[in-house]
Amino acid sequence: MVSADLAGAAGRWLASAPGSAVPTWNLVSDIRQMLMFPFMVHALRAGTIVAVTAGALGWFMVLRRQSFAGHTLAIVSFPGAAGAILLGVSVSIGYFAVTIAAALVIAAAPRSIGGRARSSESAIIGTVQAFALACGALFVSLFGGFLNGVTDLLFGSFLGISSGQVLVLLAAAVVTLALLALIARPLFFATVDPDVAAARGVPVRLLSAVFLVLLGCATAEVSQITGALLVFALLVMPAATAQRLTARPALSFTLTIAIALATAWLGLGVAFFSAYPVGFYITTFGFAGFVLASAWREGGRLVRRRARRRTPSAVVAAP
Amino acid sequence: MTSLAGAPGLASLAGGPLGGLANIASQPFLRYAFIAGALIAAASGLVGYFVVLRSQVFTGDALSHVAFTGALAALAAGADLLVGLYGACVLVALAMAALGTGEHADDTVIGSVFAWMLGLGTLFLTIYTTSPAGSEGTSGVNVLFGTIFGLSAGQAVADSVIAAGVCAAIVVIGRPLLFASIDAAVASARRIPVRLLDVVFLGLVGVTAAAATQAVGALLLLGLLAAPAGAAQRLTARPFAGMWLSGGIAVASIWAGLLLAYAAPALPPSFTILATATGIYLAAIALTQNGRPR
Repeated sequence: MVSADLAGAAGRWLASAPGSAVPTWNLVSDIRQMLMFPFMVHALRAGTIVAVTAGALGWFMVLRRQSFAGHTLAIVSFPGAAGAILLGVSVSIGYFAVTIAAALVIAAAPRSIGGRARSSESAIIGTVQAFALACGALFVSLFGGFLNGVTDLLFGSFLGISSGQVLVLLAAAVVTLALLALIARPLFFATVDPDVAAARGVPVRLLSAVFLVLLGCATAEVSQITGALLVFALLVMPAATAQRLTARPALSFTLTIAIALATAWLGLGVAFFSAYPVGFYITTFGFAGFVLASAWREGGRLVRRRARRRTPSAVVAAP
Repeated sequence: MTSLAGAPGLASLAGGPLGGLANIASQPFLRYAFIAGALIAAASGLVGYFVVLRSQVFTGDALSHVAFTGALAALAAGADLLVGLYGACVLVALAMAALGTGEHADDTVIGSVFAWMLGLGTLFLTIYTTSPAGSEGTSGVNVLFGTIFGLSAGQAVADSVIAAGVCAAIVVIGRPLLFASIDAAVASARRIPVRLLDVVFLGLVGVTAAAATQAVGALLLLGLLAAPAGAAQRLTARPFAGMWLSGGIAVASIWAGLLLAYAAPALPPSFTILATATGIYLAAIALTQNGRPR
C-alpha cells in the first residue's frame, strides 16, 4: 500500500507531526501548509476522484435499494487487496479484479421472491461476507507480519497514495463515469419502474448487471481511501442525505456529489491536523450530515402537520 | 494474546491421531478453546436459527460492528475488554429492539449507523494503540478476527457460563419464540407476549455476538450465526429439528475448524472454522438442490 519514496515523506511528517502540523486557524495558511506535502496533494486528488465516483454510483445504489450488495462488494475488496499483497501484484489490480468478479456473481445469482426464500438468501449473503473476510484473514496470516497494513486495508489510510495510484484511480473513474453517463437514462427508468421499462423494450436485467459491475469498480476505488469497512461512508451517506433533502432527481444527484466532496475534503483536511485516522473523520462528517438532513426533514414535516392542524379547513380547501 | 497465525509452540500431530488428541487434552489453551468454543458455537447455532428465520441477518451484521467498537472503547478507556463487548452489544441490541428492525427497516439508516460505528471503532483503536497501556498493536486485529487459542482461563469460564445461559434461555423461550416468529399476529391473539419476546431475543443475540467475537472475531461472527442456520433450514423443514441441527452444525464446524488449525498452524483458526461452516452450507445446498422437499 505504501510506496517507498512516499513512505519516506510520510514517515518524516509522522515523526514531526505532534509539533509541526498544528492548525493556526488561519484557513489560507493552513491549507498552504497542508499542500506543501506531496503525499497530501496526492491524497486530496485521490479523495476528489473517489468522492465524485462514489457519489454518482451511490446515488443510484440508494435509489435501487442495493446497499446490501454494495456492502458485500466493499467487504470482498479486503481479501482482494490482501491476496494481491500475498501474490506480490499491485493492490489496485487486487481491488478491481475481485470486486468486479463478485459483482458478476451477484448479477448472475437468480432473484428469489417470497419471504422464506428471502430469509435463506440473506443467510447466503451473510455467509459469503463472513467467508470473504475469513479468506482475507487467511491471506494476511499467510503473508505474516504486516499487521499495521491490515488496519490500513480495513480502515483506510491517506498516507501512502502514490501519483501512479492517483492516475489509476483517475482512469478507472473516467471509464466508470462515462459508462454510467451512457446508461444513466435507461437505468433511471428501469430503477423507478422496472415493469414499464421492460415493456418498453429496455434491457432491465442487462442494465442491472452493468450497474453492479460499475458499482464494483466504485467500491474498489473507494476502499483504497476509506478501507474496505468504511466504504459505506462515501457510498451511502451522501446519497441518503441528499435524497432526504430533495425529491427532484437532478438536484439530489448534484447535491450528492457536493456532499461527498465536502465530506472527503473535510475528512482529509482534519485528519492531517490530528492524530486520529481519516476513516473516523470521513464517517463522522458523513453521518453528521445524514443526521442533520433527517432532522431537517422530520422538522419540516412536524411544522407542516402543525400548520394543517391549526387551520384545517383552509389547507384542505386550498387545492 | 497470541498472533493471528495461532498460538505459538503448537506441536504437530506427531504421535498419530490418538497422540494428537491426548496432546490437545493436555494443553490448557486448547482445552479452553474446545470447551468454550463448543458452548459459544451451540449458542450461535441456536440463536442464529431464529435470526435467519426472522430475517434479522442484517441486525446480526450491525451487532458485529458494534462488538468491535465496544471492545476497543473499553480498551481505550482502560476497562476490561469483556465489559465493553457485552455492554455495547446488549445495549445496542435492546435499542434496536426498541426502534424496531426487520424486513422493512430502512437499510440506508442501518448502513449509515454501522459505518459510523466502525469509524468510531477506528478512533478508539488509535487512542488505544497510541496510549502507553496499549503498546501492543495487534489487539484491534484480534478483536476483528478472533483469538480463540488466546482465551485465558477466566475468559474461557466466563464465556462458557454465558454461552450455556444463552442456550438454556433459547430452550426455555423456544416454543413461544417460534410461534411469534412465524406468525406474530396469531401468536399475540393467543396471548403470547410478542413484543417482550422480540426484546429478549435481540438481547440474547447481543450476548451471543459478544461471546462469538472472542471465538471468531467481530467480522466473522456473522458467518457463525448465518451459515449453520442456513444449512439447517435447507436440510429440514421441521422447526425444532432445524434448531438442534443448526446448533449441532455450529459445534461440529468449530471443532473441525479447531482440529484443522491445530494440524496446520499456518491456517488461522477463524478461517478454518468459517471454511468448515461454509463448506457444510454448500454441501447442504448441493444435497437439496435436485428437487427434494425442504
